Parts: sequence; C-alpha cells; structure tokens
Amino acid sequence: MHNISLLLLLAIPLLGSLAIFALPAGRELLAKQIALVLSTATFAFAVVLGCLFKVSDNRADRFQFNGSWTWIRSFGVHFAFGVDGIALVLIGMSTLLVPVVVLASWNSFDSVEDMEETPAESAPKRSSKSYFALLLLLEVFMVGVFAATDIFLFYVFFEAMLVPMYFIIGSFGGPRRQYAAVKFFLYSLLGGLLMLASVIGLYVSAGTSSFAFTDLVGHVPTGATQKWLFLGFFIAFAIKAPLVPFHTWLPDAGAEAPAGGAALLVGVLDKVGTFGFLRYCLPLFPEASRYFAKPILILSVVGILYAAFLAMGQRDMKRLVAYTSVAHFGFIGIGIFAFTTQGGTGAVLYMVNHGLSTGLLFIVIGLLISRGKSRLVTDYGGTAKITPRLGGVFLLAGLSALALPGMSTFISEFLTLVGTFTRHKAIAIVATSGIILAALYVLLLYQRTMQGPLNERTAKLRAEGGFKDLNARELFAVGPLIALILVLGVYPKPVIDIINPAVKFTMQDVGQTDPQPLHAAQPGGHK
Amino acid sequence: MIPLTAVPVTLAAAGSDTGTFAAPSISYAAIAPILIVLSAACLGVLVEAVVPRPARFVTQVSLTLATLAAAFIDLIAIRGHSVVTAARAISIDGTSLFIQGTILVLAALSVLLLAERGVEPGSAIVAQAAVVIGSPADRRLASSDRVQTEIFPLTLFAVGGMLIFPAANNLLLMFVALEVFSLPLYLMAGLSRRRRLLSQEAAIKYFLLGAFASAFFLYGVALLYGYANSVNLSDILAAQNNSNQSDTLLYLGFGMLIVGLLFKAGIAPFHSWTPDVYQGSPTPVTAFMASCTKIAAFGAILRVLYVGFYVSSWNWRPIIWAVAIASIVVGAVLGLTQTDVKRILAYSSIAHAGFILIGLISVDKAGLSSVLFYLASYGLTTVAAFGLVTLVRDGNGEASHLSQWSGLAKRSPLFAVTFTFLLFAFAGIPLTSGFTGKFVVFRAAYHVAAPLVVIALIGSAVAAFFYLRIVVMMFFAEPAEDGPTVAIPSALSTISITVGVAATLVLGVFPQPLLDLADNAAKLRG
Repeated sequence: MHNISLLLLLAIPLLGSLAIFALPAGRELLAKQIALVLSTATFAFAVVLGCLFKVSDNRADRFQFNGSWTWIRSFGVHFAFGVDGIALVLIGMSTLLVPVVVLASWNSFDSVEDMEETPAESAPKRSSKSYFALLLLLEVFMVGVFAATDIFLFYVFFEAMLVPMYFIIGSFGGPRRQYAAVKFFLYSLLGGLLMLASVIGLYVSAGTSSFAFTDLVGHVPTGATQKWLFLGFFIAFAIKAPLVPFHTWLPDAGAEAPAGGAALLVGVLDKVGTFGFLRYCLPLFPEASRYFAKPILILSVVGILYAAFLAMGQRDMKRLVAYTSVAHFGFIGIGIFAFTTQGGTGAVLYMVNHGLSTGLLFIVIGLLISRGKSRLVTDYGGTAKITPRLGGVFLLAGLSALALPGMSTFISEFLTLVGTFTRHKAIAIVATSGIILAALYVLLLYQRTMQGPLNERTAKLRAEGGFKDLNARELFAVGPLIALILVLGVYPKPVIDIINPAVKFTMQDVGQTDPQPLHAAQPGGHK
Repeated sequence: MIPLTAVPVTLAAAGSDTGTFAAPSISYAAIAPILIVLSAACLGVLVEAVVPRPARFVTQVSLTLATLAAAFIDLIAIRGHSVVTAARAISIDGTSLFIQGTILVLAALSVLLLAERGVEPGSAIVAQAAVVIGSPADRRLASSDRVQTEIFPLTLFAVGGMLIFPAANNLLLMFVALEVFSLPLYLMAGLSRRRRLLSQEAAIKYFLLGAFASAFFLYGVALLYGYANSVNLSDILAAQNNSNQSDTLLYLGFGMLIVGLLFKAGIAPFHSWTPDVYQGSPTPVTAFMASCTKIAAFGAILRVLYVGFYVSSWNWRPIIWAVAIASIVVGAVLGLTQTDVKRILAYSSIAHAGFILIGLISVDKAGLSSVLFYLASYGLTTVAAFGLVTLVRDGNGEASHLSQWSGLAKRSPLFAVTFTFLLFAFAGIPLTSGFTGKFVVFRAAYHVAAPLVVIALIGSAVAAFFYLRIVVMMFFAEPAEDGPTVAIPSALSTISITVGVAATLVLGVFPQPLLDLADNAAKLRG
C-alpha cells in the first residue's frame, strides 16, 4: 500500500508555502501568484482524485488511495493516508476554498486596513507574503487532517493546524487580534491535549501496538474506559466544532481574523470537529457514543436556538456570522448523533455546504468591510443601491446561509432533519424552529445593511471615490462558490453518492440500523 | 515487572572484617570519562597559573572543549559496558552511560555559550568577582574588557561531579559527587558581568538553600545506614527484602534523601531557588544549570528509586504523585505571573520536572527509557533557548524583561521564529521534540497513573499560555522606540544554538534513533 497520490496532494501546497517563505522581501506579487497557482493546482488534483474515487458498498473499498510508511517504529506510528467518501468531499471543499480566499484577499494587506473605531491599533504593516505562505501551510495541515488514517498522525495535524491559524489571526487580524489569537490557541490546545490523553489511553488499552484507525476499530474496551476515552476525543472535537457551551472562542476568533482567515477557520477548521465525531468518536467508541447521544443531541439543539438568538443581537457582522455557524453546527451535531444514514449523510453534506456558504458569507462581508472600513451593521444601509453586484452576492450568500430551497444548504438541512425525525421526533421538531430564526437573522442583516436609505457614512465614502462595486477579480473569486452552491442545490447526487457508503460504514461501526419508516410510502427515503 | 536491578553483586566488599585491607579493584576503563574530565579540570587550574593572560582564554576554551569531546568519544568506546566497580560504589550501566553522554554534549554546548565574546566584550562573565559592587574599582571593571577564565575549570569540575552523580551506587559517593558539582555552580551563579548584585544574590540563595538540601541528604544517608548497616544502594535494597527492623528509619531516611535530590532537580515544593538563580546567573551558566544539573539530578533520582528502593515503589509512588502535581501546578500557575523571560523559562523548567517525574512512576523499562529520552530532548531545547536569550541586548546588557521583547519579530524575524519554535517545543506542540518527549513519558505512565497524565496535560495547556505571551509580544506587538536589538553572535554561540534547534526539530520529526538508543540504554545495575 504505497499509493502516493495523497502525499502529492500534501506536497503541492507545502512546496508553495516553503517557496513563499524563502522569497526575498518585496516580492509580494510573486508570492500571491505562487499561492494562487499552487492552491488551484491542489484543487485540480483533488478533483482528479474525486473522479478516480470508486463508489462502492464494499467494505474493502472504504479507504482509497491508501499509502502507508513507517514513521516512528517504537510507537507503531505510520505516515498513513487514505480517504473515505466523507474525507474526500471535505478535502474537495477545503482545497476549493483556499484559492478563493487567496483571490479574495489579493489586495487586502497592501493597503493597510484602518478600522475607524480604533485608528491607533490598526492592522500592522506586515508583508502579505507571510499571509499567503501561512495560508498554504494551513492547507497542508487541513488536507492532512482529513486524509490521515493513523490516529497519531491525525493528532499531529490537528495540533499543527493551530500554528498557522494562530499567526493568521494574530498578525493580520482586527484590533483585538492578540486576545482572539491566544484564546483560539489555548481553547484548541486544551481540547487537543485532552484528546492526546485519550489517544494514549486508546493505544494502551487497545493493546494493538498500532495507531492505524482500521486496527483500532473494535478493539476499544467497553465500559467506563471507553466512556472516558470518548470524552477526551469528544471535548476536543466539541471545542473545535464548536458545540455550546464550548463555543465562546469562535465569535472572537471569527470576528478578529482577517476575512479570508475567518472563511477557512469557520469553513474548514470547524469541520474538523464534526469530521472527528464521525470518523473517530462513533466508530471507535460505539457504546459510549450511544450512551452520550442524548445529552449531545440536547446540547446541539440548545446551540441551534441559543446561537441564533445571539446572532440576532450582534452589531458586528463578523461576530454575527460566527454565531450563525455555531447554530449551524447544531444541525450537523443532531445529524451525526441521530445515528441514521440519512442524518449522517445530511450532516456530511451540511459540512460541505456550510463550508461553501459560510466561506462565501465571510468573504463577501470581508469585501464589504474593506469598502466601508467598519464591521458594525449600523455603519451600513442602502448599500445595494450603489453596489448592486456586491448586494446581489451578499443576498445569495445570505439565502444560502438560511437554507432556502434551491440552495445546496437546503438539501442538507432537510436530510439532517428527516434523518433525526425518524429517531428523535421532539429534537427534530425543536430544531426545525432554528430555520425560522435563521431566516430572521439573515434577512435582518441584509435589510439593515443593503436596503433602506443610503447610510450617510457610506455616501460620504462613496463621494470620496471609495465604496466601489465588486471588480472582476472579486467576482471571479466568489463565482465558483456561488456556482457550486446552486448546482449542488439542484443536483446533489454525485456528492451524496460519494458520502453515502462511508456514512453507512460508520453507522454499522456504531451498531445502529436505520429505524423502519412508519409508513412504507414515506417520501424522502434512502437515496 | 521487569527486573531492573536483580543483578547479583559478586565483587567482594572492600575493607572487610578480617583486619587486612584489600584494595578495591577498579575498572579504570569504565570510569575513564570521569577521570578525563576531572584531570583536565586540575590541568585547567594549572593553566590559570602558568599560561600568560593573552593566551589563557583560547587555551582554556580549547582544553575544555577537547576534554569534553575526548570524554564523549571514550564514552562511545565503552558503550554497552555494564559493570559495578570501585568497591561497588560506581555503577556504569546503560542508564548512567546515556546520562553521562547527554551531560557531556550539553556541557559542551553550554561551554560554547560561555566562551562567546561576540555579543559582550569579554564574555558574560565578570573579570573580578570579588570587587565590591558600586566601588570605583567596580566602575572601572564595567568598562574593561578583561576576561576571566577560571570559569572553565570550574565548569569541568562541575561536569565531573555530574558524571559521577547519576552513576553513584553508594550514597556517600553520591553525596560527594553532589558537592563536587554544586560548589562550582554556587560560585558560577555569582559571576555575572552585568547586574552583579542580582547575580551575587542568586549565588548566596543557591548556596544557602543548597547547603540545607545537602544537610537533608546527608541526614537521610545516616538514617539509611542505621537501617541497612550500609550506604550501598544494593544493600539497602536487600535490607528492605530481608530486614525485620522497623521501617521508620527507612522511611525517614528515604524522605530526607529524596528532599535533597528533589531540590537539585528543581521540583516543587523544593523549587524556590530556581527562578532567582536562573534569573541572576549569567545566562550561559543558567543554560548549563538548567540542562546539565537537572539531568544529573534526575539520573540520581532514577538510581535511588529504581535501584535502592525498587521494592518499596508502592511506598514512594504517592510521594512522586504529590510532588509531580505540585511541580506542574507551581510551574504552570506561577509562570503565568512572570514578566522576565529567564524567570518564565525557570518556571517552565519546574513544570517540565513534573512531567519527567511522571515518567518515573511506572517503574518499568518503558518508564526508564522515556525519562532518558525526555531528559536529552529537553536539555537540548533548553540550552538553545537560553542561548537565544543571551542575544537580546540593549545598552544595559541582556534585555530579558518581557516588555522589552515587544515587536522583536520585526527587528529580527529569524530570531523570533527560532525562539517561537523552541517555545512550541516547551509547550509540546507536535513536530517538536517536546511533543515526542511528552508522548513517551505519558505513554509509559498511562497504565499506572492515568489521572496524573490528564492533570499533566491540563497543566501543559495552562503553561502554554505563558509561552504564547512571549510569542504574542514578539510577533503581534509594536516594537518599542528604544527597544533592544538582537546581537549577531560569533560562530561559537551560533553552533550551540543551531545544534539545539536542529535537535529539537529532528527529535520531533524523526525521533526513532534516539528512542532506540534510550531503549537500549534503559538498564540499571546495582
């Protein structure tokens, strides 16, 4: 098993990152070009892998493109990669977001953003070169974390991911970036270290002298041990995801990170948490997963409602979007812990769609902020009149966030809720009210910033020659995301086909079969 | 349990009751590295007397480095040796050889830092330590670039003591070794060229508290002699198996003994000297103490616990639990309030000492080898970190206050990235040796002390906060107007720092060779 394709997928951005770090100062343009070309190449390569991926219900084909090399012999650690359908679509989504972010933040750090509320502490004049190098480095770790099939290796990527994101927030973020960066790092590190305790415990108690995922599944002792080990993993992923009440770092980090960084933070890094639930918590600890499912479902539903209300109350647009993500996570959480194939498939599709739509939303808001020089909702109004294209993209991103039918997010939200309903009716019903709340906070945001009379501040900026509509580069950056959201909204079958077998295997691992529909003719059955 | 110690001792004890004195047989080959270092130290004293001043510095530095290299080469030549020699007083086995080798390497790296004259004319060491501070002579001293070279033989004496300390199978010899390496260190702590008052205060504190600890150690030895009628670790072990004496003497003696050792290793609640001494000492000396002393002390702790008190591990385990937790909590929590980089590193070393103790708890081969690995990797990172601290300077010498480091990344990105990397290693982020070390230690301890592992991991999350404070200062804060600059060191410091940083990276990414070495070395003979 020495398929090197996933290794190559990691090598492309790694090379790019090293090359950009090695560039002499002042070669910003070349740095951007390298970043754009190599991240696009990575995406193209991921698409090729996606096309080669064999959709099959055969368990032997669960992981494909497997490659494994001994890394640390004494621990039984392997440099082992392989993807199942879940990992594959998430890698596809992540590698798409990176070039989009590169393109969208092309000029972000050339002109120093000075936020009006704190002119003294404006963003530092730092070369944008390191920003793009960090983005590519982050991409290496993001792909690695999804592609690793060795739990030790997964942990290494999981922790290593923090470092570039920490510097992206801390060096290029908003006024409170120091606080946000440290909070992000410490929260994640604490979770990561608890997971490390569980990883060691897993290794010791399974007694397999191997960290390979496939070797460990089914070898975890049951009972109290399994519950403790589960909790270690669970807390790490719950912080990452983030699940209420572990979410408080996200609004700070999401608000202070530069828009591109925030898109990756919420779009991809948070997905690592939910991906971890599906890949590691459920198959490794089936008994504990069933044991803790109820409280997790309840926390998820609480998260949906609580975060939605908080989102409505935010004045800061980026904080608002960060809170919507906490709410959306709740949907993913119930989809996973309902233990139905529909719910699981819906949850994975939700992760992909949420990455796309929240990524889009953060990027659009970043573009808006770069024009209006303020993150506050009240500093905008009637903007769509002077910047119709920006307004249109904003509306589309918003509608996608509230899961309007026709958008890809609708399919996933629907699948998740249906999948949950078959097992936990009350949970599904309460969660559904989250959809209405989502419509409220999104439409209110759109109405306040884009509709109504033109804000005086905006008009003044416009008169000074600022506040232009989206240019071709920016449209080109958001184009692929919009296209994908619309296409997947109408025809999600290819993605669902890839996801479905992987979710079925996971549900088999956790020992749950789908409940029988109440009526044989119930619509929305298995795809 | 793997029998670590059950090697029957065949050598006849010297000085038996027959009245005739039988000279003990000594395996000179096995103790050759120790002899090389100690005789070179004596030679160094002669060099001070004989060689003219201009040539002295170069002579001393080359002599010291050559000695350390020769001892290390000799150590490689006798690898695999396992012998108890000199009337069962010295035990040369895998563990002591590994620890001795580590000490030699780290001592050489520290000597390179000591010999640095590029960042401060006349090195970081004061030329005349006896001059009264604030006197006219002191003011003349401050502007002179005279070099003092007695520190090099002192270092060699200290290294010699450190080589014996972890190999001592006899508690009296262990005490002698303790004093042999402590006395030079007390002196070295007071030799700082800048901020001499702070340095002398550090020396006095270290000396007084160290003397206390030595007294405890010695009293413990006396009580153990009362219990076992011998100061030999193997005999003490045998007495625990066979003796029908009351255990009171044993426990009291053990307690006092371990206090002395924990003090040297800087473990809470016997840590209070660490921050002051680390801060006040000349930074290269701090590097030497933080790496070599710590390793030697842990070597001795290993030997005492694993050889002398192997059978009573159920009795001492709770003590190790308690001091490990205390160390981690003290290091992590008090470290949060510090504002001086050297003090932060001192508290970090206290926390790390707690982590190392966790590896000891399992009392098996995995525990032993994990501690060895941790000691080596931590020592290398520490030397490099203190080496970097010496480079940040302003008009008053080293600028180690945290606020002075603000925006350092803009002045010297290379420095900031390197130091950040070392801090991440201290924090245990993957792909650094710090992570590998934590992993092996926690893995070894997990099956006997899972809750302790969780406490330690939470402790390292807390400790990460103060490492991050330094990173935040360097990268995310604006540089001060008249802030310090990063001096460009000569080749000596550069080599030392590069080796430490490279080892931190390599042991994080490809730790297998050192893991194997530590595994093979994890043998004790009593």
